[in-house]
Amino acid sequence: MSVLVLLDHEAGKIKQPSRSAVAAATKIGGDVHVLIAGADAGAAEAAAKLPGVAKVLTADNEAYAHALAEPLAALLVALAPGYTHLLSASTATGKNIMPRVAALLDVQPLSDIAEVIDAETFVRPIYAGNGMATVKSADAKKVITVRAASFDPVPAEGGSAPIEAAATADIPTNSRFISAELSKSERPELTAARVVVSGGRGMQSGANFHLLDPIADMLGAAVGASRAAVDAGFVPNDYQVGQTGKIVAPDLYVAVGISGAIQHLAGMKDSKVIVAINKDADAPIFQIADYGLVGDYKVLVPELMAELERNKPV
Amino acid sequence: MKILVPVKRVVDYNVKVRVKSDQTGIELAGVKMAMNPFDEIAVEEAVRLKEKGVATEIVAVSVGITACQETIRTALAMGADRGILVETDVATEPLAVAKILKALADKEQPGLFILGKQAIDDDMNATGQMLAALLGWPQGTFASKIDIADGTATVTREVDGGLETIAISMPAVVTADLRLNEPRYASLPNIMKARKKPIDVVKPADLGVDVTPRLKILKVVEPPKRQAGKKVASVAELVDKLRNEAKVI
Repeated sequence: MSVLVLLDHEAGKIKQPSRSAVAAATKIGGDVHVLIAGADAGAAEAAAKLPGVAKVLTADNEAYAHALAEPLAALLVALAPGYTHLLSASTATGKNIMPRVAALLDVQPLSDIAEVIDAETFVRPIYAGNGMATVKSADAKKVITVRAASFDPVPAEGGSAPIEAAATADIPTNSRFISAELSKSERPELTAARVVVSGGRGMQSGANFHLLDPIADMLGAAVGASRAAVDAGFVPNDYQVGQTGKIVAPDLYVAVGISGAIQHLAGMKDSKVIVAINKDADAPIFQIADYGLVGDYKVLVPELMAELERNKPV
Repeated sequence: MKILVPVKRVVDYNVKVRVKSDQTGIELAGVKMAMNPFDEIAVEEAVRLKEKGVATEIVAVSVGITACQETIRTALAMGADRGILVETDVATEPLAVAKILKALADKEQPGLFILGKQAIDDDMNATGQMLAALLGWPQGTFASKIDIADGTATVTREVDGGLETIAISMPAVVTADLRLNEPRYASLPNIMKARKKPIDVVKPADLGVDVTPRLKILKVVEPPKRQAGKKVASVAELVDKLRNEAKVI
């Protein structure tokens, strides 16, 4: 058995969801190799330090710089003969590329696995996580995306794997990167944050979302949102936590003005501690929240901020 | 240009689904069904492209049981021109659906496929990418904006950190994300008109596609339940609990 994990990387760093994908790979067993596509020598060195990794493959071609699906899928297919399992994290990149790889290999992909039972059997959420399906794949090769929130990431240090250039593959030219507009934030990424503060439709406007900023900054939190808040245009889609947005499982999740639609709960109910602030005492979010506070967030959030300030541990 | 839009019949997104007591799947008997919400966005985008004169014909395709005709009718009422039902009782996986759509593309020669990015039942998020692979076409997934000109689709995509814009050569496959558009409600006259629009019915075997599933579902169980906690009376109590009981801050 041998597993190849496509890593998401940026400026010399391995993204945390990819370290969770490596954790899933080590549970499958066999040799774990990882692939760094796109010239990023720093990322290759960082990948070599991940515990459990036996080899780092690099594909230093500019064509891979923006993780376009067409060239990356072709590369993974070229490397596939050496592996029984091909994995990536369920990031926007992984979700874009891995099903394409699977189709080229005539394989049904296993999307967003939450548990490894054995090398052929996995648990994955269906219906927004309202069912957990145990599925066994009959395909010779398994193509898998990994729900990062379900696997503790491997540490960033501890290994020392050799780095090798990967075999080259044809590069399709039917797609081209033009530009990216990435949200600039000093805060941690949603899927990696220890604390997440999210707002919902109850925030009433995009401007009101800024009321969450000071508290997020104080807690070192990422800011998220429900689909309803994205739908209403309060915040960009990359804030979205839920079935069709990001899946998070932080130590602390603070839901402000979020009613708790099942689509939202699907993205955050594995959080260790959930706090809900909502003026509707009957909102479904209170049925899963560890601590509920009923009232107007416009009053309660500044109060919470003041209390945290006052009660700061020294 | 012809656009093919696959539409899936799924449990209505407002329904709170239940796992069957024998753990074989989700209870579907007597449950309200509807078009997958992302597929509605895909149909809407196709109709807008036709209204702009970019597209000339829209064909709505569904794969599944006879009742999927209703889903196709919904697409026809929104503005699709005709439908194709690929009838099968098998709960098809994305690989089989992609193969069926590839076979239809060989016959219909569309210039563009628009699909929903993800079905809200199996949550696979795979069919569009797989179809693009089988056709050898480029893909613009999780689209929030599509511009088509001079044989190129410029697609703005929802990615983890924000937005990304790519150019893909046509023909191509695009999958719709939430913010691409707001689907219209079909008007009553259009619902009436849709009844007269043609729906062809074919079988996977007619298209030479084997739909046998590759994944065996061993069991489906409910996720671990979260206990409802307690309501706290004040912000001070909340901070105290978070600090001293939950120890998360």
